[in-house]
Order: sequence, then structure tokens, then C-alpha cells
Amino acid sequence: MAEVTMAEALNEALRRSLSTDDRVLVLGEDIGRLGGVFRITDKLQTEFGRERVFDTPLAESAIIGLSLGLALYGYRPVAEIQFDGFVYPGFNQIVSHVAKHRYRSRGRAPVPMVVRIPFAGGIGAAEHHSESPEAYFAHTAGLKVVVPSTPLDAFDLLTQSIADPDPVIFFEPKSRYWSKQQGELGSETLPIGKARVAREGDACTLISYGAMVTRCLETATAASEDGVEVEVVDLRSLVPFDLETVAASVAKTGRAVVVHEAPMTAGFGAEIVAQVAEEVFLSLEAPILRVTGYDTPYPPAKTEKYYVPSVDRILAAIDRVLKY
Amino acid sequence: MEPPLTDAFRIIDEEGNLDEAAASGLDLKKEDLLELYRLMTLTRRADVESTALQRQGELAVYPPLIGQEAAQIGSAFALGESDFVFPSYRELGVAVTRGIDLVEYLHFYRGTWHGGTYDPIKSRFGMVTVPIASQIPHGVGYALGAKLDSKPIVVMVYFGDGATSQGDFHEGCNFASVFDVPVVLFCQNNGWAISVPVEEQTRAPIYRKADAYGIEGVWVDGNDVLATYLVTKQAVERARTESRPTLIEAVTYRVGPHSTADDAGRYQPADQIAHWKGRDPLDRYKKFLTREGHLDKSTEAQFIKDADDLAAHIRAGIVGAPPAPESELFEWVFAEKSTGLAKQERELMEEAQADG
Repeated sequence: MAEVTMAEALNEALRRSLSTDDRVLVLGEDIGRLGGVFRITDKLQTEFGRERVFDTPLAESAIIGLSLGLALYGYRPVAEIQFDGFVYPGFNQIVSHVAKHRYRSRGRAPVPMVVRIPFAGGIGAAEHHSESPEAYFAHTAGLKVVVPSTPLDAFDLLTQSIADPDPVIFFEPKSRYWSKQQGELGSETLPIGKARVAREGDACTLISYGAMVTRCLETATAASEDGVEVEVVDLRSLVPFDLETVAASVAKTGRAVVVHEAPMTAGFGAEIVAQVAEEVFLSLEAPILRVTGYDTPYPPAKTEKYYVPSVDRILAAIDRVLKY
Repeated sequence: MEPPLTDAFRIIDEEGNLDEAAASGLDLKKEDLLELYRLMTLTRRADVESTALQRQGELAVYPPLIGQEAAQIGSAFALGESDFVFPSYRELGVAVTRGIDLVEYLHFYRGTWHGGTYDPIKSRFGMVTVPIASQIPHGVGYALGAKLDSKPIVVMVYFGDGATSQGDFHEGCNFASVFDVPVVLFCQNNGWAISVPVEEQTRAPIYRKADAYGIEGVWVDGNDVLATYLVTKQAVERARTESRPTLIEAVTYRVGPHSTADDAGRYQPADQIAHWKGRDPLDRYKKFLTREGHLDKSTEAQFIKDADDLAAHIRAGIVGAPPAPESELFEWVFAEKSTGLAKQERELMEEAQADG
């Protein structure tokens, strides 16, 4: 079986989408001759030409607005925002227009497009290069918010996002770009909107997405050494949110801890906790806890280890819900 | 205040005199010249009717364009059928010229539906766009699409003087130039961005900003319908044949308030309004048509009747029009309703039923 990194899987998803659908365009800053700062678009311009894979001037608002116009014309643009912290100049375009175009036009002028954003920390990067802004987008009606956690799933989710009839904000956990997985791309496909049980257990459910799924799996291994079997649910998409799968898991285990890197207050974890509590209140043996980034700006690289949820912090939360 | 318009391109002066040299590029036949006046008459009437409908509580709000008819109709008249317009929110005159059903257009202002109820794709007239300048990159993107698809479509984007302060204006101009797209960026400089006069908005002539992006910049008297038509026609041709953008600054004046919710008396000098009312684009053009012997009494009477019919059509369609049903709140958020959204819809519908 072949081994593939997430970066390679994403690159291949773009390549195959460009091959199978001539409406697909790939654009962004430094994505052409450089192949993107993370090389996700490596060699695509050489293979597909400058009309389909092209660099843009350095302006995120126009990258999004231009993509909207292209989508309105009938193309399927896949725009790269270079880093999480650079999406904010494009925020007005995403929230005021991309998200609302289908609605405002009574379904007549949808703008299917993908905005790819390498996100979250853990790679020792400079300021504005490690943020987790997913809640802003999940809060905005009309956007799908997709977050892969493994290479094979990254391939499937990006392929599906490009084919999706609605705009997708696609968050790529950049600390996982170089993670490897054995398997065939496209061999086992779950649709967007379905969560995945990444590990089964009966003591507690860890609910997460993106890079923190790996952290949760590491935690589950550590807990298992102490005889505690925790279940790990990988959401895969925040919008749509698969309450059914999450609630079924929590109903089974009776306990849950939500883990994400974004700050706690009004983070997507708050939404998960509220919906799960409403759905399976009588199955709960303990309050649902959150292990998240703190309500601080993302800290400098040398101190990010205190901020990003660690195995120890997640273990402590599991301990609390078990002892409640 | 009178802006120094001496160098802005103009074909007919305030008294309706034609500058033969300036008019040499005009390709309009007599029926075209009259059609321009008919469209201006319809627009003036529809605009006044819309303001009245707002006063009567039938529209939630309305931004009058009175005084800007020449800029809007002259420019829109230069477009071909397959060309695509991206308007801001004060382009009723463009809508009239493009044949948009004004009832469907005004449903935006009635609060029936965001974006009105017309089909923006079929009508080649995008949805009303309120966030300032944000439609400029959309137009540039659409134009890039047409270029990539090798279709001879030109895109026209409308915006005002205030929009030139926004990043999306600068980014849009720059992208348009870098990607060589067939777009005309049409700025109606009407002197005011709500209450801020243009001299407090920018210190550089708007048309000269084009130099910064390496594109053509054109300065035109926006109250001269023929001059506006001609420069736009040239820009449309440049877009279609050379795939190059043009920035046009049409100098006009907002005779009315920013919107019906505005109190322009707090900031807009009465003598300035009076001055510009004296430079009315319809009066000026009528003087020209009359002098040239194009406009007779019966033709004018017919135009007035057409305008009355349009006003009656608007009134019949808008007055008492029902709101969208509550179930439509949940339509078109996504191609397919998510489970969560379907649940919220059920809750609202149950509540609505319980309320009878």
C-alpha cells in the first residue's frame, strides 16, 4: 500500500479535480510557479497552465471577490489564503457575499467555490500564522466549514468540497501536512457532514477536528495504558455538524470532552456542548468539558506549547469527567 | 460650489449646443437619440414614484438617483445584450435601460427579498449591492471568466465617489489591469457619500487614479448623456477588442438625499442643490433634441404616457404586495437543507401554525 502525506493528498485532490472538471481553477498568492508556501499546489501550474492555475496580486479581499465573480460565471474556483491570519481582509467578501449569494438570488445565482486556509498552530510560526478562525465562518449562514484530520480524508474532503454546490471554507491543519498514512486515495469515502469514529471506547467521548484529532488519539492511547478506553470522534465538518454521530457516541459513553485549538469563549466547542447536552441530557454522567486554546491571542512560537491542548490537559479533563 | 468641469469630456453644453468635433465619434441614429430621452423620462418618473412609495410606507427605504439620469442611461445604453452589469444600490436608471422589471427590482427596497426578485443571471443585471465597492472584484472576476471562456462579454461595474476610498476599489482596479479583463469601472461622482463631500473623500481626481493601475482613465460630464454614452462605448470597445479595463469618472450631482432615511438638509447646501437643479440632465438634453428638431410634441407626449404607464405598473406591483412566506426563510441557504436547519424550520412552521 502506498504511503501519502496530507500535503501530497491535497495536491492530488486538486490535480484530479482539475483533470476531471475543466471548470475548476486554482488561484491565490504564490500558488503558481512556487507551488504555494506549503507546496500544496506543487507542479499544478506546469501541468494545467497559467489560465487554470494562477498567482494573484497580494490582496485577499479581491482574491475572494474575484473567485465569486468566476463562480458566478460558471467556474469552480479554489482559492488559497496563504495563512489563517490573512483571511480577515477577505472576511467581508466571504460573509457579505459568498455566504449569501444563493440566498439573495433565491437560488438562481449560487457561487460554489472553495477557500482553502492552512490553519492552527504547532509549527513554531510567526504571529498571524497559527490562528484558528473557524468559528467566525461556522457562525455565518451559507458556508460549509470542512476540516480534515488525516491524509486520506483530506483527499476525499477536498475533492468533495470542490464538487459541492455550496461555498466551502476548507481548513487544512498545517501541522499535519507532513503526517503520513497508508492507503489508497479515494478508496473509502464518507460524505461531507458525516463525522467519523476514529477510535472506539466506552468510558468517555473526545470530540474534535483537525490536528487535535491526532492529539485526542494520542491521549486515548495514553488513557488506554491506564485501562480507560475513550472514544474519539472526528467531526470532519463543523457545518454541517453531524449531531447524530456525536450524540450516539456520548449516549453510549455518558461523558464527553470537546477539544479544539481555537479560544474557548464562543468557540465551536460551545456549540457542540450545547447541542449534545440538549440531545442526550439524560445520558450524561458529567458536565461536558472543553479543552481549548485560552482566551488570549495566539501566543508567540516559544510559548505555544502552553496554549495548544496537550495530552496532559486532555487526560486531566477525562479524569474530571470520570470522577464527577 | 462648482467643480471645475472645464476639461471633462462633453458633447452638449448647458444650453443644448452640440460640439461637432466632440460628437464626431457618435454612432447614434435619430431613434437612438430619442430612446435615450425616453429612458431618461421613464427613469425620472420611476424614481419620483419610488420616493413617493417610500413616503407612503410601501417601500422600506429608497435611494433616489434624481440628477444622475444621464450618467446612468448614457453608460448603460453603450452595452450589448450579453454584457453583464454589477450595480451598487442607486442604479434604477441602469435597471430601466437594461429592461429589468422595476417591480422585481423594487422588491429589494420593499423588503420582500434581498437582491430583489428578478433573475440576475438571465437579466444580465447583478443583484443590488450595498457594502460599498464590494461588487467591483465580482465584476472583475466575472470578466475574467468571460475572457477565459473566450466569450465577447463586457462587464460594467457601477459605484460612487465614496467607493473609491475602499480597498475593494483599489484591489479591483489592480486585478482588472493585471489580469487584462474586459471590464468598465464606472464611477458616478455625485459629489456626496451620504454627508461627506467628495473633496473630503479624496484629494486626487478620481479618473486619474487609473494611472496608478496602468489602465485608461476617462473624465466625462456625467450630466451629458451623449458624452457619457460615447466614452462608455469607447471603453466597452476597448474591453471587447483589447480586453483592457477602463475607469470612467462621470461627474454628476446627487440632487436628492442619500436615501429616503437621510436628512440632507443637515449638510447639503441649498444653493448647491439649486445650482445643480439648474443643470438638469433632462432639460439639457431636451434643449438639444428640440434644437435639432428631433423631438416633437406628440413624441414627447408618448414618452410621458410611457412614463405614467411605468409608474402605474410599479404602483400596481408594489402597493400591498405580500411578504415572502415564512417558509422561504430557510430556502436557498444551501443547495440542500441540513438536519439542523430543517429542525429550525419545523419549529418556526409549528409556531406559525399555532399562531394560526
